[in-house]
Amino acid sequence: MTGEQIIFLLVAFFTLASGFMVVTTGNLIHAAFWLVSTLFGVAVVFAILNAGFLAVVQVVVYIGAIAILFIFAVMLTRKDMRDQGPQVNKNWWVGALLSVLTFGGLYFLLQGWNGLSRTAADIPFGFDAVNELGTALVSPDAYVLPFEVASVLLVAAMVGAVYVAFNRK
Amino acid sequence: MVPLSWYLILAAALFSIGLFGALSRRNAVAILLGIELMLNAVNINLAAFWRYGNVMDMAGQVFAIIVFAVAAAEVAVGLALVISVYRKRNTVIADEIDLMKW
Repeated sequence: MTGEQIIFLLVAFFTLASGFMVVTTGNLIHAAFWLVSTLFGVAVVFAILNAGFLAVVQVVVYIGAIAILFIFAVMLTRKDMRDQGPQVNKNWWVGALLSVLTFGGLYFLLQGWNGLSRTAADIPFGFDAVNELGTALVSPDAYVLPFEVASVLLVAAMVGAVYVAFNRK
Repeated sequence: MVPLSWYLILAAALFSIGLFGALSRRNAVAILLGIELMLNAVNINLAAFWRYGNVMDMAGQVFAIIVFAVAAAEVAVGLALVISVYRKRNTVIADEIDLMKW
């Protein structure tokens, strides 16, 4: 077992354990903090995959914006967090069964696929992934249309969020 | 070198955990937390297939960035809805938001 594999296993265990705490812990503010730790583990996975830009975006956008937004939302709706009711609904075992079945089904599907033991080719010398990514995002024969549609989606979401949450007296 | 299967199994496990959270939590904010976990699991898959496929083809990373944008839009609108519902009905429990259930 190489050093990279040991690092991957440690990060994967950390990520999955934090994710499990997100869905099981009773206090929602703690769940949001566990989400930060899960997202950080996923960022490390991106770094292991040589996707440096995705790792940075994960930290800036997910941890810096989305997780903070969750913490704000938890604090704004805090009164209900304190009541000590059950945190799961009465059909929680159906959800648990479905998620175990999903994992089992995905695992079974993966066993029947012959590309599993594939190893990654080395990154070619002088290959700049961030440069290639930026070019692909704005070049007309690549992904400029999805990129612009994503920006329109973000503006629409921003306007919609302000409209929905606006407090009319 | 880490085999591709390890990344896929990690992503499948994270997706299942998020699915459990989205299906069985009572609090609407906690349901959104589960959805975030599922979106992250998909992003691990996209980045892994980019790295283990043709590195020159940036489709995997581009699609991961589109997923980031969609996740940001989803969580902004979702949390705005939760806060709006909390103002009007004073609850964030998904079972009690039943105005349209008839």
